[in-house]
Amino acid sequence: MAQRTLQQKLAILSDAAKYDASCASSGTDRRDSRSGGIGSAGGSGICHAYTPDGRCISLLKILMTNFCIYDCAYCINRVSSNVERARFSPEEVVKLTLEFYRRNMIEGLFLSSGIIRSPDQTMGDMVRIARMLRVDHGFKGYVHLKTIPDAAPDLVAEAGLYADRLSVNIELPQDASLRHLAPEKRPETIRAAMADVRLNREAAKERSHTGKRPLRFAPAGQSTQMIVGADAATDRDILRTSANLYSGYRLKRVYYSAFSPIPDSSAALPLIKPPLMREHRLYQADWLMRFYGFEADEIGAAHPSGNLDLAIDPKLAWALANRAQFPVDVVRAPKEMLLRVPGFGTKTVDRILAARRSGAVRYADLLRMGAIMSKAQPFVTLSDWRPGGLTDSDGLRARFAPPPEQLSLF
Amino acid sequence: MIRVTLPRFGRFDAWRDAARDLARSRMPPERVAWADPDTPADLFGSEAAPPPGDHPVTATKDFLQLARQVASHSDPERWSLLYGALMRAQVDRTFLANPADPMLDRLTRMAKSVRRDIHKMHAFVRFHELPSEGPRRRFGAWFEPEHPVLEAAAPFFAKRFADMDWAIATPEGVATFTGGDIAYDPPGVRPDLPDDASHDLWQTYFANIFNPARIKTDAMRSEMPVKYWKNLPETRLIPEMLADAPRRVQAMRDAGATEAPAFAPRVTARVRLQPDDAVPDSLEQAAAQAARCTRCELCHAATQTVFGQGDPGSGLMIVGEVPGDQEDLAGKPFVGSAGQLLRQTMAEVGLDPGRAWLTNAVKHFRFTPRGKRRIHQTPDRSHVDRCRWWLDLERKFVAPRLTVAMGATAAYALTGNRATLTPRRGGIEPARDGAPVLITWHPSLILRLPDDRAPAALAELRGDLARAADMVA
Repeated sequence: MAQRTLQQKLAILSDAAKYDASCASSGTDRRDSRSGGIGSAGGSGICHAYTPDGRCISLLKILMTNFCIYDCAYCINRVSSNVERARFSPEEVVKLTLEFYRRNMIEGLFLSSGIIRSPDQTMGDMVRIARMLRVDHGFKGYVHLKTIPDAAPDLVAEAGLYADRLSVNIELPQDASLRHLAPEKRPETIRAAMADVRLNREAAKERSHTGKRPLRFAPAGQSTQMIVGADAATDRDILRTSANLYSGYRLKRVYYSAFSPIPDSSAALPLIKPPLMREHRLYQADWLMRFYGFEADEIGAAHPSGNLDLAIDPKLAWALANRAQFPVDVVRAPKEMLLRVPGFGTKTVDRILAARRSGAVRYADLLRMGAIMSKAQPFVTLSDWRPGGLTDSDGLRARFAPPPEQLSLF
Repeated sequence: MIRVTLPRFGRFDAWRDAARDLARSRMPPERVAWADPDTPADLFGSEAAPPPGDHPVTATKDFLQLARQVASHSDPERWSLLYGALMRAQVDRTFLANPADPMLDRLTRMAKSVRRDIHKMHAFVRFHELPSEGPRRRFGAWFEPEHPVLEAAAPFFAKRFADMDWAIATPEGVATFTGGDIAYDPPGVRPDLPDDASHDLWQTYFANIFNPARIKTDAMRSEMPVKYWKNLPETRLIPEMLADAPRRVQAMRDAGATEAPAFAPRVTARVRLQPDDAVPDSLEQAAAQAARCTRCELCHAATQTVFGQGDPGSGLMIVGEVPGDQEDLAGKPFVGSAGQLLRQTMAEVGLDPGRAWLTNAVKHFRFTPRGKRRIHQTPDRSHVDRCRWWLDLERKFVAPRLTVAMGATAAYALTGNRATLTPRRGGIEPARDGAPVLITWHPSLILRLPDDRAPAALAELRGDLARAADMVA
């Protein structure tokens, strides 16, 4: 095989990395290069570009190599795929990261890899790249490392010293599907890897008896990704799994990735049109669980099928299924109930609470404060607005759902 | 009309000084014309400002922060709006805390637009490398923000790129960073930036990280508005990427599933975990099988199997209910608060916790998620029954002379008797296999009991453990 150029390797190894949805670069330690080195991080992340698939480019997202000994049916890099293979040297990854970074194209590096030879060998090489960036080049930008389940604990411990974020993908919402579609992976070792990251992070926050603070460990926390639409799991199953993951491992984010056709597909999984709307609704439901006080089962119970209504957002669907709790008196309702009003976001609710202290809140005020009143109308009462029979009217869902559309064939 | 001309850079500080002086003489906002350096001189009156009066002038920290952001807005009215708000706040500042107030709303929106523009400048400036004679590398960029935000946006680059020299030219002016200091200069001609090989690599990356099976151009345009595209070289690729996407997706579909390369089965045969259904003939094999247990549904939500640990040759086995949150994370029994109480109490009666076999009746954590916490749930009888397979194997290989059952679940698992624990506590009952089982409290019960009852229960646990120590001594 002829030696590939850096450009050819970059093409192959970024193509191989694009199925990972995560691109966050926020919420890590605040630091910058005024005291040496290059780069800065902390605060909100920056998306430096967007591709036409609607995903942002914040990090240089590449695989160290796409050679892999595992055979996960949903993955383009599985051992049984005929995809072109390449491998970066650690120096090449470091050079690409720093040169893109200096031109203000990225916030840092998101490095993942196929499993070569063994989990320890692969994790060791990734840790080496992170160490070169941090120690040899004084890189202060963002580093996200994919943790290889089954890698030795001391490698994960070292990875946490250099990386802002560690992640390990749960891959599929149900253990049975993972065992079936990714026979070399084991759900319990994936979860144990997440538990390990949580315990490491907690240990890094506790001062020792001498008051000395241990070294920081993955300050931007951990995240994971679930593929949606490759197995028969319902949205309720998916949200329950997310609730377990958030509560068990203190995850910052669960990413949902609509199963997308891959070149060189496996016979075990049919090529489907990626369920982008379903993915979108799951993100909305995820937000409801994290910021609006909803439980997974409440959201999942809004429709008897256990799946989210694709035509309307999950909060609206919940409100329509629980109309007895509406309309809500905007002037008196507690924060928890305002958060459940369709059309009110967390910022709007904070503004309503502040404005209530200054006096009456009217319809026009709500509009100005960012409420989407076309959605909220049936669910609120104000001094100058009453929904009357609208709240319980039969045709309410039809007001919000887009007109039915003929399905296009894929 | 009083005319106040603000400088090109350092505008906000100049406005604040002028506004403070005018407000001290309670100058009505409609009598002040605020001008930028480019505002024609004859457009407004040019009455000189009166000497400052002696009215006190105050402003909240939040208002000053808001004003500083609004100062970078492109709206020529921004200065008089800010002065109007400052004057209004001297009389009654409650409107500054009311998001429903139209004036505050307008200023807040302007500030938001400025913050977004600063953020987009931080995102979309692209440096090109320039030739350098000194030891520091040199870079240059051209950028056209929506608002005059150069001065507000430049410090970010100074912090991030402290070890290189750079210049960012904009229609508003030029920020130059040399050796650690930023200087601002009036606008010049648009710089001619040289080709840079890293930009070609960047285009390669942009084109390949795109997934042609997902087209969401609205999401792209809302976050990367078209007005910025002219200075983003990679956006030139977008029309071709979009045009080519349907063909690429069709090609994937047409190709369908492919034949695996010949080496693939050999690799998977080496790494794939083989099922192991044999009845284990050692404790280690039992533990390895238990790690993959799916005998009940608890394994899906729990992290991992928490098998027993300790000294299998000590003759003493201590059985609890089920692993808790900490045990589930660590994969080890009795490491949480109840476990610590147990270990401490054992040590007090001369039992080395490492010299007993510690385990639970059920080996997977059972919980309900509540936000960021997992609330412990007692396992059902069916869980205990299914999990007894592992407990019995542990008993087979440990062959304890005495087993201590802590709590009702452990007592049931070992003896099959589900009667209430209180009358049984402290007694010895036969296990299903006939061996003796000493019944006692679970340490987590002691942690949950009110303060007036906990000491007595703890003393009973200590007494039972002391008895166990004597029996196995």
